[in-house]
Amino acid sequence: MDVSLTQSPSVMTLNGIDVAVTRQGSGAPLLLLTNEDGTEAGSKLVDLLAKDFEVIVPDAPGFGASPDDERLTNVDDIAYLYLDLIDHLKLRDVRLVGFSLGGWIAAEMATKSCQNLGRIALVDSYGIKIGGPYDRDIADIYVLPRDDLAARTYGDPSRAPDFATMDEAAVRVIARNRLATVRYCWEPYMHNPKLLGRLHRISVPTFVVWGEKDGIVTPAYGRAYAAAIPGAVFETMAGAGHLPQLEQPERAAAMLRDFLKN
Amino acid sequence: MEVWHFTEMPYPEIPADGPRAVTLGSEVFDPEIGRRLYERYFDEYVLADELGFNHMLNEHHATAGCINVAGPLSCAILARQTKKGRILILGNPIANRSDPIRVAEEMAMIDVISGGRLEVGFVRGVTNELFPANTNPALTYERLWDGVDLVLKAWTTHDGPFNYEGRFWHYRNINVWPRTYQQPHPPVWITGGSNAENVKEVARRGYKFASFLQPHEAVKKLFDAYRDACAEDGLPTPGPERFAYMPFVFTAETEKEAQVGADHLMWYIGGRSQPQFSNPTGYSTLDAVVAGMRGQSASRTAFLRQGGAPLMREKGALIVGTPDSVYKQIVEFSERVGGLGNLLVMQQGGAMPHEDTVRSMTLFGKEVLPRLKKLGGNIAAKAAE
Repeated sequence: MDVSLTQSPSVMTLNGIDVAVTRQGSGAPLLLLTNEDGTEAGSKLVDLLAKDFEVIVPDAPGFGASPDDERLTNVDDIAYLYLDLIDHLKLRDVRLVGFSLGGWIAAEMATKSCQNLGRIALVDSYGIKIGGPYDRDIADIYVLPRDDLAARTYGDPSRAPDFATMDEAAVRVIARNRLATVRYCWEPYMHNPKLLGRLHRISVPTFVVWGEKDGIVTPAYGRAYAAAIPGAVFETMAGAGHLPQLEQPERAAAMLRDFLKN
Repeated sequence: MEVWHFTEMPYPEIPADGPRAVTLGSEVFDPEIGRRLYERYFDEYVLADELGFNHMLNEHHATAGCINVAGPLSCAILARQTKKGRILILGNPIANRSDPIRVAEEMAMIDVISGGRLEVGFVRGVTNELFPANTNPALTYERLWDGVDLVLKAWTTHDGPFNYEGRFWHYRNINVWPRTYQQPHPPVWITGGSNAENVKEVARRGYKFASFLQPHEAVKKLFDAYRDACAEDGLPTPGPERFAYMPFVFTAETEKEAQVGADHLMWYIGGRSQPQFSNPTGYSTLDAVVAGMRGQSASRTAFLRQGGAPLMREKGALIVGTPDSVYKQIVEFSERVGGLGNLLVMQQGGAMPHEDTVRSMTLFGKEVLPRLKKLGGNIAAKAAE
């Protein structure tokens, strides 16, 4: 009787753009925007959140089960697409949660319109430029040697997935997500120069969560992010790196649930 | 067959270990050594001109492998310092250029100065180049073709300004001066590695197609894709003049001496490149991303490189030996790929000394070049001749 229990994506068309959407659980709508690898999809985190919410996970064009669409070229385009998705699904009082790239998309959406948003959680998010032109605010994932990248991404680098032994079909999904990420995020690298100056427009309660060992975007970057959003609460997660929701899913789900349930 | 002398203008005096490109600091560059190298490389082009070669120049950035960082500047120098040979830039990395109209102007100016000796190549650029240029790896083909089309329109529009508001560049007043010396425009070349679809795009526009350091089987596939595209579109069958290939070449009096030259040229192989720079996500296929994530090499020429000099010789990518042997290897290669009209000879590489380079060039120029020129388009001519 509850169709939202299904975990296989359905493709909907928004203004001619095909978007795959996976829905799981029941309760208040929670729009979950994944990190650039899309690895929250089908993860323990989603199972845990689906106990209290209807978790809705869209794939941007080029990611997951969504086809490529060359008309979309930057994160701004994805943000408008997801606002259209909220309208299309007639969602109200949406809990919007974004991880890494997904957090950047969430912040862009909220600066455009908070009309149907209830609460926002941003986790180790990209998107803003806080330093000067010579500052490397966001570690360059396209230049760092692989070992260094793993050390910066995981609080415990041994948690880094071993793609050499992972099922090839799963690797291909992540690889395609990475292709899409390059297309959207190469330049300006992982940020929108205008976003910082627009964050003041966010008018709903916002929770900014950061892995205290994140070496891609540091907690100091996270604090600057939170400071630019009116009333935002900032918390770190001990022992976690850039992907706390994958390294410590129980704890991350509990923190998010406590904030989002209100 | 037309033959084009080429050196990448290497700066070989670098530490034996560590990176050679992208991240190697210029602290290892001695400006006086650099000055002497530039002088010597240009002297070799002047000699090539006297010997009857044409000239090919390229460019790379942030690398000791090639200090010719501005191909148009080198072409401009040769436009004045040489008299006979045609000057091919192969090419302008148009996908990495922020201002294609500047490229159109530079090429037009060199064409006029040289009296119409310029041939203009455009390249997508190799992976290392994405980082200094900051080009989105996923958009290189789009930028290549948008850039080429814009340059061609700028060259061939003569009734005053037009505007352009495209995906990558915006202009309100495109009005290129001078007009190119060759009309309607200089010959256009495009390079390609493995993408047959891209080769077909080259064929449909009637441009020349060049491939570098690939095994003959792969080259034949690319040339076939070109010929097929012409057939599919009802275009005239392309002659060998449409096709170019670049092997390493060294010519010597003895096989033993030739081996020394081969060793110098092989400096370029095993370039110690780091995977994040040699296989950046987005530049190539999804399979390449998967291979990179799994710690495998995605390079289409990896097997050739791993096979070293013996395999490269077998596949036609390393052509060294006595003049007779070099001639035979070239003709054999041409037959294998269905007819080659342009041979781009990389006959200087690594730390190969000036004297060795001159000896090899001179032998080739005197003993091999006249025979290749006589072949003309008659590629079926047997090596036994």
